[in-house]
Amino acid sequence: MQATTAARPRGKRFLAALGAFFQKYSYFFAKIGISVLTLALSVIALFFLLRMIPGDIVELYALKLQNQQGITFDRAYELAAQLLNYDPNENVFQAFVRYIGGLFRGELGTSYLETGVSANSLIATRLPWTLFISSVSLFLSFFIGIAVGGYVAQKRNGVANKVASGFIAVSGSVPDYLVALLLVIVFAYQLKWFPAQNNYDAFSVTPGFNLPFIGSVLYYAFLPILSYTIVQTGNWILHMRGSCIGVLGEDYILAARARGLSERTIRTKYMKKNALLPLITQFGVSFGALFGGATLMESIFNYPGIGLEISNRIISKDYMVVQGLIFFSAAMVILVNLVVDLIYPLVDPRVRKG
Amino acid sequence: MNRTTTIRSGAAAAGRFFRELGCSLARGCRKFFSNTKTIVGFSIIVFFILVAVFGPLIFPYDPSTDMANAYLMPSWEHPFGTDWLGRDVFRQVIAGTGSVLEVAFYSAVFTVVIGTVLGIVSGYLGGWVDKVIMAVTNIFLSIPSFPIYLLLAAIVTINTPVSLAVIISIWSWAGLCRAVRVQIMSLKERDFIQICTVMHMSKAHIIFKELLPNVFSYVAINFVMAMRNAIMASVGIMLVGLAAYDPTNWGAIINAARTKGLMNVKNIYILLYPLVCIIIFQISTLLLANGLDETLNPRLKVM
Repeated sequence: MQATTAARPRGKRFLAALGAFFQKYSYFFAKIGISVLTLALSVIALFFLLRMIPGDIVELYALKLQNQQGITFDRAYELAAQLLNYDPNENVFQAFVRYIGGLFRGELGTSYLETGVSANSLIATRLPWTLFISSVSLFLSFFIGIAVGGYVAQKRNGVANKVASGFIAVSGSVPDYLVALLLVIVFAYQLKWFPAQNNYDAFSVTPGFNLPFIGSVLYYAFLPILSYTIVQTGNWILHMRGSCIGVLGEDYILAARARGLSERTIRTKYMKKNALLPLITQFGVSFGALFGGATLMESIFNYPGIGLEISNRIISKDYMVVQGLIFFSAAMVILVNLVVDLIYPLVDPRVRKG
Repeated sequence: MNRTTTIRSGAAAAGRFFRELGCSLARGCRKFFSNTKTIVGFSIIVFFILVAVFGPLIFPYDPSTDMANAYLMPSWEHPFGTDWLGRDVFRQVIAGTGSVLEVAFYSAVFTVVIGTVLGIVSGYLGGWVDKVIMAVTNIFLSIPSFPIYLLLAAIVTINTPVSLAVIISIWSWAGLCRAVRVQIMSLKERDFIQICTVMHMSKAHIIFKELLPNVFSYVAINFVMAMRNAIMASVGIMLVGLAAYDPTNWGAIINAARTKGLMNVKNIYILLYPLVCIIIFQISTLLLANGLDETLNPRLKVM
């Protein structure tokens, strides 16, 4: 064996090694390839969505530029099309090249309503807030969900299971934004315990790494995080319970019982660890749901994240920014799903072989 | 002589057919209603449908304003009180039921038809057809749906329930398509489909006569789930103030009360009635879907 590889010419050996490398990690390359393809296809889909946008936007913007800068309409129109990265009079191919060029330069879309505002600047200022809210509530609901789900799976005939099933049914069937609306009505408008808008108290604290600011941020974020957590927890309980019930049927659980281990030990040492693995894939789905749902949730809480920006700008018809923001959200969701897919086989080697 | 026998045997056959049909229907109904969840969910949905059909006839809604009676508390005359323009909230909610259900029904039909057809085709044919359909499905699954609903609702002028339903279903068939595809791929390997292939039955026959009936129960459950999602989406779209073609739609009522200002407790009262209606309807659809799931897929009963 050793002799044959050594006897081969160097180039061939390299190719063979490369082939082996690709074969070994084919799962990862396939996943990355599919993600890139999906991203490319969603760019195309968004481009055609953009073509549906009424064309007079460019004209309005050109008129504005003409008045501002005192140039001829044709020149202003050209400038407007360049700034907005969109010209309804061009044919499809030219427009597509222009659109792709803009994306590669990193220009996601310029607002034609406000000068100096673009999708990039909005993402820079708004994204941290959306990420903060969604990641905190994602992890909170995940940990509550796996704890409750694991407990309930072992005691399927108990009262806890009935309560959990009821909670899953109600939280799964009430639309998330209505939960948010109810919370805002009760805690912000009736009891006045929590604020009904904004992300921190802009009058009394200065942004930065100081205690009052962090306290204010947490105080203002409490209601959004609470409502996201309520909505997501039921889902996690459901998946964890299902996964745990699957694991409980395995032989090693029976063996552990036969050895006389307590149910608690079985739950924490044997069942949960194995039941958690399939839940990793659920992270991507949940993140996507949070990111998409943020549009309505944030507009109910008046929380200045990307979602509020999207819904406000759709209503004010600032489409160029909106399509940039939607492209960015799609890219985020694809990226998170890719990361989840790449991590999963590292944690659970059975997937790579299967 | 020949003719009479034909007629007689024809009548007998028809009689037998109807008797068997009745029997199987009765059996189906008995099976269908053996589950408590199904009964509860189904009856609430039927109640809402009856309200949508007969409600406006019994309690017609009068959209004219009556400022003298604005913000009345609930009474016998106005069971849910009146809004800021003195219009009866109870009648508004009843008038909105039909509008909500219409959107839900149409978009469930569109979603299920697109999702099932593409899922079956993709799962059964395989090869490049499968790859293309899956690539398209991936796009729809990865672009967050809600912003797209809002964007489409803002770009396209929506003035009928059907147009709203089209917008909702365009972006919601992908999950069903993927699930149906997985089912079909496992069914395809089963003996009866293999036999059909060996017997050179046409692809259309295999798809519509063999595969479709086997995923039918799954699709039926997903029809209910699609209705749920459609209500969630349509009310959400209206909640932002888009697609306001029908001011009595529950979402539109909630949005109107919200924009009037939630600092005023009276606006909160108005908003609560449609909100509670949506919650009850959503829970009933979930119950129906779960009940159907338990009856039609008995192997899941362990859950």
